[in-house]
Amino acid sequence: MTNAWTDIKNTDLVIVMGGNAAEAHPCGFKWVTEAKAHRGAKLIVVDPRFTRTASVADYYAPVRPGSDIAFLMGVIRYCIENDRVQWEYVRNYTNAALLVQEGFGWKDGLFDGYDPEKRAYDMDGWDYQRDDEGYALTDPTLQDPNCVWNLLKKHVDVYTPDFVADVCGTPKDRYLKICEMIAECSAPDRVMTSMYALGWTQHSKGAQNIRGMAMLQLILGNIGMPGGGVNALRGHSNIQGLTDIGLLSHTIPGYLSMPKDDEVDFETFMSTKLNKPTQRGQTSFWQNYRKFMVSFQKAMWGDAATAENDWAYDYLPKLDVPYYDILRFFDMMSKGQVNLYFCQGFNPLMSFPNRAKLTEALSKLKLLVVMDPLQTETAHFWENHGPFNDVDPAQIATEVLELPTTCFAEDEGATVNSGRWLQWHWPGATPPGQAKPDTWILSNVFLRVKELYRTEGGPFPDPILNLTWDYEDPYEPTPAELAKEMNGRALSTLYDPTDPAKVLVEAGQQLPNFAVMRDDGSTMSGCWIYAGSWTEDGNMMARRDNSDPGDVGLFLNWTFAWPANRRILYNRASADLAGKPWDPARKLLEWDGERWTGYDVPDISPTAKPGEVMPFIMTDEGVGRLFSRKGLKDGPFPTHMEPFESPVPNALNASLRGNPVARVFSNDLEQMAGIADPDFPCVGTTYRLTEHFHYWTKHSRVNAVLQPEFFVEISEELAAEKGIRKGGQVRVWSKRGEVFAKAVVTKRIRPMLVGGKSIHVIGIPIHWGFMGAARKGYSANTLTPFVGDANIDTPEFKAFLVNIEAAEKGPLA
Amino acid sequence: MNIDLSRRGFLKLAGAGVAATSLGAMGFDAAEAAEAAHVRAFKLATTTETRNICTYCSVACGIIMYSKGDLKAGEHAELIHIEGDADHPTNRGTLCPKGSALKDFVKSETRATQPRYRAAHSSEWQEITWDAAFDKMARALKDDRDQNFIEKNEKGQTVNRWLTTGFLAASGSTNETGWLTYKTVRSMGILAFDNQARV
Repeated sequence: MTNAWTDIKNTDLVIVMGGNAAEAHPCGFKWVTEAKAHRGAKLIVVDPRFTRTASVADYYAPVRPGSDIAFLMGVIRYCIENDRVQWEYVRNYTNAALLVQEGFGWKDGLFDGYDPEKRAYDMDGWDYQRDDEGYALTDPTLQDPNCVWNLLKKHVDVYTPDFVADVCGTPKDRYLKICEMIAECSAPDRVMTSMYALGWTQHSKGAQNIRGMAMLQLILGNIGMPGGGVNALRGHSNIQGLTDIGLLSHTIPGYLSMPKDDEVDFETFMSTKLNKPTQRGQTSFWQNYRKFMVSFQKAMWGDAATAENDWAYDYLPKLDVPYYDILRFFDMMSKGQVNLYFCQGFNPLMSFPNRAKLTEALSKLKLLVVMDPLQTETAHFWENHGPFNDVDPAQIATEVLELPTTCFAEDEGATVNSGRWLQWHWPGATPPGQAKPDTWILSNVFLRVKELYRTEGGPFPDPILNLTWDYEDPYEPTPAELAKEMNGRALSTLYDPTDPAKVLVEAGQQLPNFAVMRDDGSTMSGCWIYAGSWTEDGNMMARRDNSDPGDVGLFLNWTFAWPANRRILYNRASADLAGKPWDPARKLLEWDGERWTGYDVPDISPTAKPGEVMPFIMTDEGVGRLFSRKGLKDGPFPTHMEPFESPVPNALNASLRGNPVARVFSNDLEQMAGIADPDFPCVGTTYRLTEHFHYWTKHSRVNAVLQPEFFVEISEELAAEKGIRKGGQVRVWSKRGEVFAKAVVTKRIRPMLVGGKSIHVIGIPIHWGFMGAARKGYSANTLTPFVGDANIDTPEFKAFLVNIEAAEKGPLA
Repeated sequence: MNIDLSRRGFLKLAGAGVAATSLGAMGFDAAEAAEAAHVRAFKLATTTETRNICTYCSVACGIIMYSKGDLKAGEHAELIHIEGDADHPTNRGTLCPKGSALKDFVKSETRATQPRYRAAHSSEWQEITWDAAFDKMARALKDDRDQNFIEKNEKGQTVNRWLTTGFLAASGSTNETGWLTYKTVRSMGILAFDNQARV
């Protein structure tokens, strides 16, 4: 989230598209209700189903799964055509005026420079024209045909209302009404907020869905505003935290990147991360990259990381591919290339696509270790549970360890909410049986491995032997010790660079913030964005003052928000070029002639003059990007792409299949239905229910009682066509597998008219398996295709092809 | 009646229940006190309260856990109730159908409570001690890393990676667990490392 749950009360218009907050995030959705009741805010829902959120919306329109980009580009086109643009914001706070290199082009659904063999674009030209010093050329009058604004205008031209209606299946009048409601928020004193979740991420072009909304919000001048922003509702309680701390194949804590093979030493690695500003006088905060990276290496390897050894750069493994994500790794596993797999609080057998492939892959491991508070399907993948897990244990050689861990009620530490608040919690229950904290388990395993390397030797033991481990009880590091390490401390006394007599931080003290970090090895910090969370004043994450000066919904003394306790990102953009709030009734920050004052921590240097330093300090342009340069593999603008399994050909280019630059393994492509495949005429889409949380709550008796049984949702029209009765049993199958379920026949799903053809959507909730208190059921991932987003490989769970028939005599009968 | 009484103080008073004097302090008169005196004591008054955060979605609602026994005092603590924290700015005491049933998650009959081992081709679990499990994991990690660690690629560049072992971390766990996981996994050279953010 750019903003916070509690900030939603400040909005005038909420658009929920790519999510279903009333169902999946009920207590956060309360703030939408608050905005409706007290501000007269309106709610728009765009979703394939008439969801719980839609049921309390002011306006609803259906959209075909996987067609969101066409919808969003259409809205942008409408705003431009009708001059509903926050012009001062767009001219000054976005890259609209920057000139792109000659020769950038787009035709027939593809950007220029596509190589079908490599499934990649030549991205060289996706950049600005520059002067001799490397600064971007601009045309503030927006007349140059190569300025970003004119390229955008040209790019969205194809997304006419008729095109959108035809591709998305959204009735044209409903679509235009929504355009009109959104466009009103281009006024400086009207603000829209976007709330999205996995309905936008779980597509082969998920990142581009979200970019589409980010661009729209820039055009409306809604980024940085109270009640505005682009808000990812996020899933698990600490999915934000684990992302922050970089527990992903390709990241280092604080959104730094893992090095690649060709980055052979530290200087080569740093050479692509200098982040020189592309416009004069801009902050380009990532110029501090080196300080954060060196502080991280010092946190990991302490005295063993020195200037002489490149800060122990060789201790980090190097990537030969963009990342070893879960899809790639399961593919390797299925080919027998993996021996050991650890699943800590993660149940991949239920949560990754093409379950048959997952079972086959797990069966080829030597050892699977599952650390979890619950008995998961993954740990029990080798057990026969009849039709719900039809395997023969005698055929599976994988050894399995099931290790019981504590859960939230029994452990201590911080979790990070969607709004980036690090909230500390305390244990209040004795763990059951022999359940133990993950930290104790990991320490015991790691210290034994270390001992084996100490006594036996082995390949490159240095990073293991030298890993910092300064914990009072080495077998059980405390949450406080670990939190302090992430915040960071001074390793030697830090003096003020402008006044060497002045001590900023004494040696050994906790760092007050990330501004004092150094690249000379005198500071350490495990995760630079968490600096300020545990200072010499103590645990800032445990603060519980819920006062809210100005009634702005920020709660600055409640726990700690990264970065620097800032509650609304890009908040400098809430004021105009002179530093006055766009909307005086919604003041967040103001320039008082000398510095920024107001309710939030300014997202800019407190003395950076308005009109000189632009608000988007994390970009090297200083402004928001309507054109994303080389940021995303599938284009600097979002372009309409069909799902890999699509009921219609791509209206821009019938020869395209899915996202043309997404990675697909060949054996998986063979297991996908063809374009408009007559054997699989219906669109499947998966989702959550309010009574359940993924595969956890089926272990909770109350929730198991509330929603005991697997079902699928279909329209009355499809039921009539296929002779399916309400509550009857159905078989749903894709090219990868089949499930049996009870049919919920509902008015909430209606057929959509797409490309002149009536398309049926089948809704498939995800919560069942063969473990826990709920009735055993089939899992949705039996059906879904093994392909992910082109940029980060989040699986395409939201749009795929299936077929359905009545099956009254099936296994559930 | 105009008395200054904290919510917890109120619970204590109401829970203590029987003493007419304490009820008097809350503004009840004698007749009401007599009526209140035979009402069963409020269960939560004798429990330990602990502030926590809901473990499910990232709205991250504040919750209060009530336990028999005080963990901090070294006692056995039995969770008996969970409710929304009215002081929390986001949820202001409310909980959804999942949060309201959190206790059933903590006390689920299918919690894992004992380290268990499944041998190759077996159709059964067998119990294993923590020590034996640690030794088994450490040996497997060491052997696999020794056999498959890649120090240099084909071009002779130093890569120091290990690709035959993978690790999935838990986005339901704390930052602190996440950080210790990061340290141990990365220091061994593992690249197949993800959490639910990938989904």
